[in-house]
Formats: sequence, structure tokens, C-alpha cells
Amino acid sequence: MNTAPSLKVLLLHIAVIAIFFGLQFVLPEYHHLAMTRVMVLAIFAMGYNLLFGYTGLLSLGHALFFASGLYGAGLAAYHLEWSVPAAFLCGILAGFVMSLFIGLISLRTTGVAFMIVTMMFAQVAYLASLYFSQWTRGEEGLVLPQSARSFDLAGVTFDLTDAATRYNLAFVLMTVALLICFIIVRSPLGRAMIAVRENEPRTLMLGYDTFRLKLVALIVSGSLSAMAGATYALLFAYIGSSFASIQYSIEALLFTLLGGAGTVLGPLLGTVSMFYMIDIASNYTPAYMLVTGIMLVFLILFFPRGILGSIRERWLKWLP
Amino acid sequence: MAAVTLLSTQNLTRSFGGLTAVNAVDFEITQGEIHALIGPNGAGKTTFVSLLSGRLAPSSGQVVFSGKDITAMPAFERVKQGIAYTFQITSIYPNLSVYDNVALAAQTAQRRNTGLFSRIDTNLLSTDVHAVLEQVGLAQYANETAGALAYGHQRLLEVAMGLALQPKLLILDEPTQGLSDPEIANFCGLVKAVSGQITTLLIEHNMDVVMQLADRITVLNHGQVLATGTPDDIRDNSAVQTAYLGGH
Repeated sequence: MNTAPSLKVLLLHIAVIAIFFGLQFVLPEYHHLAMTRVMVLAIFAMGYNLLFGYTGLLSLGHALFFASGLYGAGLAAYHLEWSVPAAFLCGILAGFVMSLFIGLISLRTTGVAFMIVTMMFAQVAYLASLYFSQWTRGEEGLVLPQSARSFDLAGVTFDLTDAATRYNLAFVLMTVALLICFIIVRSPLGRAMIAVRENEPRTLMLGYDTFRLKLVALIVSGSLSAMAGATYALLFAYIGSSFASIQYSIEALLFTLLGGAGTVLGPLLGTVSMFYMIDIASNYTPAYMLVTGIMLVFLILFFPRGILGSIRERWLKWLP
Repeated sequence: MAAVTLLSTQNLTRSFGGLTAVNAVDFEITQGEIHALIGPNGAGKTTFVSLLSGRLAPSSGQVVFSGKDITAMPAFERVKQGIAYTFQITSIYPNLSVYDNVALAAQTAQRRNTGLFSRIDTNLLSTDVHAVLEQVGLAQYANETAGALAYGHQRLLEVAMGLALQPKLLILDEPTQGLSDPEIANFCGLVKAVSGQITTLLIEHNMDVVMQLADRITVLNHGQVLATGTPDDIRDNSAVQTAYLGGH
């Protein structure tokens, strides 16, 4: 890690961002929408990657943070009729508070116990979203009202029923998330997070409060995941319990593993690849979840470092 | 020049169940000295330094560092206060570069000097890291992966991380274990060179190294201090000879 990012690292990231901006002009309608979803889910995976890929903490409950953002934004827009920007911030705040609370408890455990505790918390949240169905309408969910389908910001009106607006909002937020990750992992904080992943006892004896480091990582990770959830709710105007289910926790893990845990661009690449793999598989079989399972087994056995992780190992050592 | 006590323990005790590994130890390190801690296997040396570094909590007694009672202070906080501990079993970050290994230590030192929430000055960090790597002779390996270094170099990296913390007290736990003779000679030169600025507590089995480096020696046996003194005192001490040096 040198003081300034090298030119090729910067160019690579700018090129990736430019490609995602450019795609909207060439993609047919179906893929245009698909890519909008992918970019939002990629934010989720990037948040997950900060905790799992860089800090080495495997959470099986990240659907909770995604759902915190989703419900934080969605319920505020639906019941309190908050404006879209206010609901968006409310969603991120919900994720922040949840990750602080859950971090203080779950980070007392490590390894397998941490996986189980996070998964249990997520199950509690999932069941709570069903239990309080008078507000959430459980599995059936809520469709956000027309009032939450547009907003004014800085004198410009954004119409969320317009596909291009949605695409570009998702694009901007994805770029922001990518920048946040890029800056964090190259900072002294990022180096300390990696140190926790690589050798926690040593990191403690180098004067780092590793509990606090892990808490910070979890809060940033949870808040980014919540940002993805809030974006998802507001762009697609629907919130439901299925987003809090274990499937979403596993998907975040899978996207990250496929693209390459501990690489900045890995989660984005993983999300695109996985999304299309499931999409193509579902054309042929209703058991498309099977693809997810087989993919997971295949990855763990043969490519534990994922696509970008393997590329970095063999060829591009400079990849952040 | 009056001798200033950097670290002292009073009545420091640690038991594991029925076994008292460290038993009522009163101990002092004077600022600027190289103090060696020796004793037969199982004498409680590693337990004792773990109590100093905060990796273990004592059953009773207290530890005072720079005039401050640090008995209840967590390990990472003691490191920030200036107690650096290098591991007996090499504990580096094998997957990170040599540079990053040392930078992690240097970040702590910089935070101590400039305050917790200040920004890390990456240029200064780089200068500090390269200075330390130069000092221990690993400068040409800065960009290598630490795990790929030869064993002797990994031990030096461990010491480099200790130095980069800019500690007041450097605890070296059996630093020469597994090193070849030329490597040991090189290591002794290094410890001598830094001894001007840093007080050192050396836990060591190799008596040649101890006799060559130490200003004072403390001998532990069965968790208790058997003797403390200059190398000559210790060599002539009959109790020590009986317990440890194999004499009569």
C-alpha cells in the first residue's frame, strides 16, 4: 500500500464506473431494469464485503441490515408520508442504529458463534416483520403510495416511475458506495481492519482496540447495507418480509464470494455474475435456487478467493 | 545520574487453578537498561511478561509503569502507553507486505504522538517505516510478502514491528530462538544499537546473549525471584547456580 493510488488502479475504477454509466444507453428495457437492481444489490454486497472480506467477520444475518434500510425508508414513506430523501436517510439511520446495537452484543463472540448470533438476530427481525403485519403486511408487503414516487431535490424533480431516473440514481449511489469502500480500504483504518482479519491477537498487541475496530467495520457495513435496502424500497416502491429472509443474507455472502472477498470491485462483479446466472437458470428450471447452492459449493471447493481474488493472486497483485 | 524506575511490580501473583505460576514478584526495570529475565523452563517467565504486557490479568499485586498504576489497563492501551511486546512464537501478518506489517505498528506510534482522531500522515508514516526497516536491515524486502521471508528475517520483522511502536519499554520474548549464530550476532548488535533510546526487557535462554547484552539480570524460579543483579553477580550466585546454571 503506497501513499497515493497508482494511476492504473484509478483508471480501472473510473473505467468500471464509466461502463456502468454507459450501459443504460445500449441495454434493452429488460436488462436496463435488471442492471438497476444489480447496482442496488451491489451496494449491499459492498457493505457485506467490508465486514467479511476486509475485517474477516462472517455474518449470516446481513439481511437484517438490508431490511432495516428497506423498512426504515419504506415504513416512513408509507405510514408517515415522509418525502423520499427523508425516508432514505431514515433507512440509513435505522441500519446504523441496528448495527451499533447488534455489534455491541454479537462482537463478544467470534467465529462460528458470531455466525449463529448474527443469523439469529436476522431471524428475529424476519419474524418480527411477519408478526407486526398490521404495519408491514408481512409477506404480502406494502406498495409505496404515489406520494413516494417522486421528489424534489435542489430544484429538480425526480420521477421515480421513470426508468432512466431510477437507473441513474442507482448508478450514483453505487458509485458513492464504491468510493467509500475504495477510500476506507486504502486508509490506515482499512489497513487495521485487514490486520484484524489476518491476525487479531497481534493487532491487539500493536495497540489497536480490536473490539472497537470490528464495531466500526460492522457499523459501516450495516449502514451501507441499509442504504442498499432503502434505495431498493424507494426505487421499486415495494417492501415485504421476503427481503428480511435468510436468502438475502446468503446472497450477500455469495455475491461477495463469487466476485472475490476482500477486493474492492469483487462484490460488484459478483452481483452482476450471480444475478445473471440465476436469471438464465430460471428460464430453464423453476429450481433456480439450486444454482445458488451449487455455485456456493463450487466456489468454496475450487475458487475460495472468487473471480477477482484469483486474478489478483495470479496476475494483478496491485488490485486493491 | 539518578536511576529512574520505568516499570515495577509489587507482589505480583498469578495462579492457574492450584498452580501459582508467578508468586509475589517484586521487580523493577530502570530506565535505559537492558534487563534480562532468565530461569529454567516452567519458571514463569512467559506468564510474568504476559502480566506486564496485559495479555493476562494478575490474581493479585500491581504493575506500575512510568509512575502510573496500569494493573487494570487492557493490553492494547498499554501498547499505546509505550510497552511493546514481541512474540515468542513469531506472530506477523504473513499475507501482508513487510511494509504493511511495520506500518501497522507505526500507525499506533503516530496516533500516540498526534492524538487519537488525527489523520494519519501517510508520508510521515512511510518515512518512519522505511527508517525502521533500514535499522533492522530489511529495507530491500519492503514490498515482499512477509510470509515469504526466511525465518530469521521474520524474527527481525517482529523486532521491527516492536521498534516501530516507538516504545519506552521493549519486551523481547526469546528473540533468538531458532536463529543461526551469525543471525544472533546481528541481533545482538541491533539490540545494543537501540538500547540507548529504548529500555529493553529480554527473556532469553541463550546465556551468551544474556551475558553479552544485559546490564542487569533477574532470575525466576518456581514463579519467584531468585536473584537480581549484574551479570557477574548472577554468575557468582550459588543459589542461581544450583537452580539454573547446573553448578553446585
